[in-house]
Amino acid sequence: MTVLFVVLGYAALAIFIVGVLAKVWKYGKTPAPLKIPQTPAPVTASGVPVRILSEVVFFKSLFKSNRVIWLAGYLFHIGLLLALIKHYRFLFASVPAGLDYFATFEMYPGLIMLGGLGLLFLLRLVVDRNMFISVMTDYVLLILLIAIAGTGTLAKHYFRVDITQVKEFMMGLVSFSPMGSNSTFPTELIFLIHFSLVLLLLVYFPFSKLMHAAGVFFSPTRNQVDNPREKRIVAPWAENLPAPTTDVEEVAEAHGQA
Amino acid sequence: MADTEATATKEEPKVLTDLEKVGEPIVPRKKPNDIHGDDLVGKISVPKVQEGAAAANKPYLCKSENMQKLGFPGDLRTDWHDAAIAKMGELLKKYKSLQVYMDICVKCGACTDKCHYFLGTKDPKNMPVARAELFRKVYRKYFTTEGKILGKLAGAERFDLDLLGEWYSYFHQCSQCRRCSVFCPYGIDTAEISMAAREIMDHIGIGQKYVNDIIVKVHEVGNNLGMNPKALKATLESTEEDLEEETGQKIRLPLDEVGAEVLMVTPSADFFASPHVESLLGYAKVFHQAGISWTFSSVASEAGNFGMFMGNYSQMQKVASRVKLAIDEIKPKRLIVGECGHAWRIAYSFWNTLIGPFDSLDPNYKRPEHICEYTLDLVNRGAIKLDKSKNDDFVVTFHDSCNVARGARMGDKPGGQFTIPRELIKASCNRYVEMDEETIMEKTFCCGGGGGLLTDDLLELRVQGAMPRMQAFHKVQESHGANFLALICAICKAQFTKILPKYGVGMDVAGGVHQLIANAIELGAKE
Ligand code: HEM
Ligand code: SF4
Ligand code: SF4
Ligand code: SF4
Repeated sequence: MTVLFVVLGYAALAIFIVGVLAKVWKYGKTPAPLKIPQTPAPVTASGVPVRILSEVVFFKSLFKSNRVIWLAGYLFHIGLLLALIKHYRFLFASVPAGLDYFATFEMYPGLIMLGGLGLLFLLRLVVDRNMFISVMTDYVLLILLIAIAGTGTLAKHYFRVDITQVKEFMMGLVSFSPMGSNSTFPTELIFLIHFSLVLLLLVYFPFSKLMHAAGVFFSPTRNQVDNPREKRIVAPWAENLPAPTTDVEEVAEAHGQA
Repeated sequence: MADTEATATKEEPKVLTDLEKVGEPIVPRKKPNDIHGDDLVGKISVPKVQEGAAAANKPYLCKSENMQKLGFPGDLRTDWHDAAIAKMGELLKKYKSLQVYMDICVKCGACTDKCHYFLGTKDPKNMPVARAELFRKVYRKYFTTEGKILGKLAGAERFDLDLLGEWYSYFHQCSQCRRCSVFCPYGIDTAEISMAAREIMDHIGIGQKYVNDIIVKVHEVGNNLGMNPKALKATLESTEEDLEEETGQKIRLPLDEVGAEVLMVTPSADFFASPHVESLLGYAKVFHQAGISWTFSSVASEAGNFGMFMGNYSQMQKVASRVKLAIDEIKPKRLIVGECGHAWRIAYSFWNTLIGPFDSLDPNYKRPEHICEYTLDLVNRGAIKLDKSKNDDFVVTFHDSCNVARGARMGDKPGGQFTIPRELIKASCNRYVEMDEETIMEKTFCCGGGGGLLTDDLLELRVQGAMPRMQAFHKVQESHGANFLALICAICKAQFTKILPKYGVGMDVAGGVHQLIANAIELGAKE
């Protein structure tokens, strides 16, 4: 059992890291041949991080756009962030001083997440426009996250999973000495489910819309400086492009329609 | 441009024999029915979705000959499916926007009620995310692990003729106005996606008649209206005579004058379409009063560039290269662009890339300059004087052209594209009123005719797409008696002139910002 989960754990983590890096590499190297910042945009390079951070930290455009979706999304992401921070204590022997503080949140992160996720799910069911654009994976992803947050909250507050055991197992994993004497896989079913679902999420992450977490930094309408009159850009593929053919016969021949 | 639409309707739509053989889903459009303004004016509201409501909106197909003149196959290629996928793969590698936007939409739904075509047609596939999904379905199927494994469950679909038919319909119901991008948490710009889709469609042999015909005209004759240099010269001369009669002064409309200080590039509609020409008189009066030498060019007799609408970089570059030729020939110090939305986006954002650098132009001025930047500077320096009372008949409101509002700038500060035209208008009239703040500046609604949709075969769509703007205008009409819709775009002008009457508003309500300047400018001796 322990061996199985150790192997699965490392495999999922590897897929997650390699997958995300591969995508980020792809986004980074694809050229943006034209200046397309959505104006008004920062006119200096230093304004760009401010613009992007306002999206990442506050979901600024979403706030402008739709307060209900903003609230639902914001609750979920804040809950997620707090939950992730709380997981620190499973990974490090001594919890850094500042992070103690988060432990006092108790079960809130899980509940905040669940609240946000529930609202997001509801929106897909009750707003006809959202219903129209949703496909199976959109629902399943929300259910997966609900299940993760749910089992996490249950494990901690109702089933009282043996925290020390979890901690030893996780620290064994992250210190690359997973088979140490104390670290066996915790046997509670609820933890097993929670852990497995997280692995599933990690594996799915790089192949799904979850890549928005990285993609938001690569969006040309948001990360470009508004200075096209001052600074000339040309993509490598666009240098010395030949003018398009206009000879009708040549064209027909090229397309096998002569 | 108003006139080019007229010719578009005279010809019969292309016969679809080849396409029919392969189960052609692209049906001829339905007749534009009569839309009554009274059930459209009211508050801007989000409709319940009506599936398929706008499915029949399809523009005419471009004829084989003109397709081939642009380097595209004359008819739908028999291997269109593979060719389309290959082209898609190529574009994904060339455009960061496309690649990133394909992956990161979370389908939060924030953009679903932001497109004027959805608000006007109620068709859910006109919701920006749903429009983009038509592209994403194919992307997922052929380019993602998720789509290959999970198929329809992940929203992946094979590219078949039915889907291609939907592409043709809905990617021609996007005016590339970028309103959706403003409201998306990641700035996903559906315009980028519809440009890519149109490029793929051209590449496999189904192009849109209106846009492609116009580009052929630009290549062959020099401008969107197909006005040759001789006709252009004659038009300018007769307009000069009219001007002299009206003002008693020799105000010039020079053409091809080598060595002029300013090269003026303006949409060809300004040369004689109405109300465009009123702005042309405005430019001439401004230059006259400023005492600067200037000229139009018969080589660059078009500021518009429909290459952007078809999403084709090379075509856009080829159209723009005329401006470069004109600069080399005339050797001006300054390059100024007339009133046109998409043209200004291209001039401001793309020219430097496509035909720059403009080393031969005087670096003390913006390269290029917008006519509003130029005129406002003269007003602020007292170099020209405006008599506001000349526009006392008007209660003016301003429609931010979306391409200027969200795709370009004027002046040095972010948002100059909003303040500069407004300052100019306010300097030329006494009564100005702003439309609802949800419909102006970066949130402006498109006029409904941009992006290559200004054609009579899409008239119904144009009327529906104009609805949010008309509702906002109607409000200031009721509350403040607004009777002049000031514009800085040739397409907006043509669109509103045609659409206003459908909403029970007189077509003379639409006019250019420089039309107001033309009325108010004090001509004659300067102190
Ligand atoms: C840079 C970090 C991130 C930013 C800026 C960000 C931002 C956003 C925004 C603005 C939305 C749209 C609003 C909404 O529907 O909730 C969203 C949706 C979503 N985010 Fe994130 N996110 C980030 C990281 C993550 C991570 C790490 C996850 C991992 C589980 C995640 C999961 C989701 C999900 C599942 C949705 C879709 C919700 C739905 O189905 O409606 N996000 N995100
Ligand atoms: S607002 Fe952006 S992320 Fe949300 S559904 Fe629309 S395109 Fe997708
Ligand atoms: S770019 Fe404009 S027309 Fe196109 S989908 Fe977005 S809002 Fe609609
Ligand atoms: S015609 Fe005017 S409002 Fe419409 S897309 Fe062009 S600039 Fe925007």
